[in-house]
Amino acid sequence: MNTISPRALLVRGMLAGLLAGVAAFLVAYLLGESKVDAAIALEEAAAAGHDHGHEAAPVSRALQATAGLGTGVLLYAVALGGIAALVYAFALGRVGRFSARATAAFVALGGFVTVTLVPFLKYPANPPAVGDPETATRRTVLYLLMIALGLLLAAGAGILGRRLAPRLGAWNASWAAAGAFVVSVGLAYAFLPAVDEVPADFPATLIWQFRLVSLAIQTTLWAVFGLAFGTLAERALVPAAAPKEAVQPTS
Amino acid sequence: MATSAAPATATAAAPVAPISLRELAPWALFSGILLLVLLYFIGVEQGATALFEGENIHEWLHDGRHLLGFPCH
Repeated sequence: MNTISPRALLVRGMLAGLLAGVAAFLVAYLLGESKVDAAIALEEAAAAGHDHGHEAAPVSRALQATAGLGTGVLLYAVALGGIAALVYAFALGRVGRFSARATAAFVALGGFVTVTLVPFLKYPANPPAVGDPETATRRTVLYLLMIALGLLLAAGAGILGRRLAPRLGAWNASWAAAGAFVVSVGLAYAFLPAVDEVPADFPATLIWQFRLVSLAIQTTLWAVFGLAFGTLAERALVPAAAPKEAVQPTS
Repeated sequence: MATSAAPATATAAAPVAPISLRELAPWALFSGILLLVLLYFIGVEQGATALFEGENIHEWLHDGRHLLGFPCH
């Protein structure tokens, strides 16, 4: 049996996160910035004359769109990579009999579904000019609550799947757990308050494109993380055992 | 966790020993909390709540927050 330290996984998770962050930043910069600019242009046209947050901006648009965006996306990806690596350290060898790489793909998929997809479908990303500053706290709490609920319900579904596996078999138990997850998330959607602060005259195509780009950034992030981290984790796990066996066959 | 039974149909993958919870717990707690604090500063600081005065953090991370999906002003 191969072993690995949590530290080794954490370092690799954050490295894979950095790589994922670079890829996500490229998508955000190349596809997303034009949508942010278009929304800000609308915001400024609508607020011409009014006293608004963007007037005396302490950070220029050029910096926000490059260094600022890079800081945000890279740190976000590194932090999520580290946390995902900790989840992986727990899942490794505990979630079925998956290989190191398959477990990484599984954790990345779980991260995408719980941290990105579940909150996105209820409280999707919004461009500038959408959203009342007065309700920012409420919207933030609801968004973070949706992420927390997604994580809790996914953990619950995982436990349920393990309980059912001896009776139903791994395949049926997995689908039952997935079904329970979808239904419970649907119930959470139904009971949590809706947020719709899109101004009536805001272009529907722009908000659709902005949300698609946001989803593309997150999809890129998790896909690259899963692939990179799986490769790094497997390389850390497998060669550690192979030379030992070669040198000391009797141990 | 002890109640889990490996399904009989499991495929033969490279066996990996689970990391003991005792070994994992300090890492999960310490780095987990640090990384969550980092995520707070990326996504929420000077938005819903603020530990530091001003708008510089918010403005610097403005585009990232919108595109990553955090609620922002």
